[in-house]
Amino acid sequence: MVELLIRNGYVFDPLNGIDGEIKDIAVRDGKIVDSVSSRAMVVDASEHIVMPGGVDIHSHIAGPKVNAGRLLRPEDHYKDVEPKTSVTRSGVGHSIPSVFTTGYRYARMGYTTVIEPATAPIETRHTHEELNDIPMIDKACFPLLGNNWFVMGYAKDGKVDECAAFVAWMINSLKGYAIKIVNAGGVEAWSWGRNVLTLDDEVPRFGVTPREIIRCLCKVNTALNLPHATHVHANNIGWPGNYETTIETMKCVEDLAREGKPVIHITHCQFNAFAGRTWATLASGAEEIAKYVNGHDHVTIDTGQIIFTDTTTMTADGPFQYALQLMTGGKWVNADVEAETGAGIVPIKYKRRSYVNAVQWSIALELALLIKDPWKVYLTTDHPNGGPFTAYPRVISWLINSEARKAVLAKLNKRAVRKSLLPSIDREYTLGEIATVTRAGTAKSLGLKNKGHLGVGADADISIYAIDLRKVDPSKDYATVRKAFRKAAYTIKAGYVVVKDGVILRPIKGDTHWNHVKVSPDLASAVTSTLRKKFKQYYTIQFDNYPIDESYLEKSRPMEVEATV
Amino acid sequence: MTRVILKPRYDLKAPIDAGVVSPDAFKGLSLRRIRGLEVWEGNAKKKLLDLFVTKVGPSKSKELTIVLRGDVRRVRRIGKAMSFGRIVVEGDVGMYLGENMKGGEITVRGDAGSWLGMGMSDGTIKVRGNVGDYIGSAYRGTTRGMKGGTIVVHGNAGNEIGSFMRGGIIRVRGKAGQFPGSRMKKGTILIQGDCGGRMGASMKGGKIIVCRKVPDVLPSFSIEAIKENVKAGDKSVTGPFYMFMGDISESGSGRLYVSVAKNAQLRSYKRLLK
Repeated sequence: MVELLIRNGYVFDPLNGIDGEIKDIAVRDGKIVDSVSSRAMVVDASEHIVMPGGVDIHSHIAGPKVNAGRLLRPEDHYKDVEPKTSVTRSGVGHSIPSVFTTGYRYARMGYTTVIEPATAPIETRHTHEELNDIPMIDKACFPLLGNNWFVMGYAKDGKVDECAAFVAWMINSLKGYAIKIVNAGGVEAWSWGRNVLTLDDEVPRFGVTPREIIRCLCKVNTALNLPHATHVHANNIGWPGNYETTIETMKCVEDLAREGKPVIHITHCQFNAFAGRTWATLASGAEEIAKYVNGHDHVTIDTGQIIFTDTTTMTADGPFQYALQLMTGGKWVNADVEAETGAGIVPIKYKRRSYVNAVQWSIALELALLIKDPWKVYLTTDHPNGGPFTAYPRVISWLINSEARKAVLAKLNKRAVRKSLLPSIDREYTLGEIATVTRAGTAKSLGLKNKGHLGVGADADISIYAIDLRKVDPSKDYATVRKAFRKAAYTIKAGYVVVKDGVILRPIKGDTHWNHVKVSPDLASAVTSTLRKKFKQYYTIQFDNYPIDESYLEKSRPMEVEATV
Repeated sequence: MTRVILKPRYDLKAPIDAGVVSPDAFKGLSLRRIRGLEVWEGNAKKKLLDLFVTKVGPSKSKELTIVLRGDVRRVRRIGKAMSFGRIVVEGDVGMYLGENMKGGEITVRGDAGSWLGMGMSDGTIKVRGNVGDYIGSAYRGTTRGMKGGTIVVHGNAGNEIGSFMRGGIIRVRGKAGQFPGSRMKKGTILIQGDCGGRMGASMKGGKIIVCRKVPDVLPSFSIEAIKENVKAGDKSVTGPFYMFMGDISESGSGRLYVSVAKNAQLRSYKRLLK
């Protein structure tokens, strides 16, 4: 029996309405409990703030695409090397760290759950192999379904129930967690060298539109009772004027809203909030998007903040990555086109002096600050697309302090600063709001009931940061806040102290979360028998070899989900 | 000025990562502090003192000088990012000598390893003996090759010298291997001996001069003229030379000069000039 008592910390637990009260937290056998015996190990958290362990909703940490990025960029490893210690392994990589290093770096920042948001279905076995090797954190993965031939077929015929049974089979087979859509229809078009530009363009050879795909999968999501909303990388990403497409995407599922529960999550929204007609007239569409999100409850977003650094963009959105590669003129990888989706990997350096990059930086912060409800907007850098996740402490300091933002604005492209809304926004996040956008909100959005809060029964994933609220005013002393979030004073994972003062004390294996969806047996068998035939026709592997057995996951943690179909 | 002499204490077997052996790192430090600088021996962190006998003495040179004695073939990254001073290696030396060098001078009396002067932007490196591959080139995966400065090799050089080169001059008195100046953008490579061929593959700009024999010229180069003399840095090299432009497959405007006298197999190109 492992017992732990965290004493006298300022506790920030937004899901339970606790905002900076001094409280004790008791832990027994990896769970948070009411009280512990006097033999419990005591962690003195006075002069510290206590939060639930961080939950990252969108971070590309595992899978064939991430690995292709590693292969593409030896120079990314060369400049960032971590030697081994007595408890940790060695590793390399600035924007695409090796698997073990990924886990260590998250744990050092007090993160305990991270989601890999895009895995090519047929290559998900690889994703799980990498997830198995990432220590310290709990993880999950979202299979890419927005350009799947079966899904597009069902969407065209309006067969939502059959589509739901198919998606359930996919999620069960792949040990996935939620539905991910990347550039609905556009990635399929990309395998013919094309793209779709609006929600009503037809996908070549399928005669279905992105609108129909998105609506169908959102209905499927509701029918299956999946805990997370449909995770959408909207169409037209990275092009001036695309904020209209984004709003259109959110609007197209407005009528599917159910009891205030979000049906759609627009991910890395910054890349989808460009106004203007050309790159030269690029402007921020954040205000319009924020206005829409403020007025509607069926949508959540994450920001996709960019960081001024050398990083690697990687997304399943092949056509956009092709365009980006033409702009950077450097090397790139075009992958997965043969694997029910697509992918592109392009190294990029975001520059302060670049007008476009400066506008992008500003858009992400405008989104975070203009959306009033922190439960609707979450902090991400879309690692590694906007920048490596190790930059989160910097982003936190920009949210928590307007002076920190001004310090960056002073160094930015002047034209971009003139157009930016940021100088006129005084809002500063409180620590409670930071806890919401980095852990409580994301855990709630993902439907991870045991994560993101410190109530009795929750998993004992806790992070403790050295911010003494008696001495430090977070809204003034942003440097201290940044430093504290960079190196957690303690990270507690599953009831064990795994990090102290930013140093890993013990490596630990995290769980892989997935959903076990139960649909009615009749529907399931009807759908699988058609699938069997189609697999014979189209697939390179046998139907029975496609599913990944649960034993493949080192620490499997399924959640039982009862579907309504 | 001071002269710091380093000599291995024992036969170095594992690779030594000694980026701290540079005038920039030594500047203003006492001998005790210098001996305490960190180096890696294989996967073990060591102090300079553990691996080298370090002595300090006066020097005739006006600049801070570091002398490496004995067998340092396993020692890498000497003179990393140095911006001033001198380094003298009395024997052979390992890889990455003068990596990202910004100034100063390095002299090697023996041979040097691969990646010599990788990404350097200024300064001079002179090697009496032979060198390995990729000298004056970019690190794998990057496009930032040598940008300025001078590399002089009295012996032979390996393959892919000056790949992604962006400036400066590499002069090889002996032979060079295959693919010199691949993907180079600017700068000069002068090979006074024979060359292994495939000069300037995918080059976009810059100048490659081969004074002796080459097996062939890539088909993506077009003959432009025959020149009597070519400038390499501030010196003029006497020809005559075939002058080619390329690499056409990259719409490049690099110039490749190949000796006329030593390459009878290329005489058919003369017809194309009329």
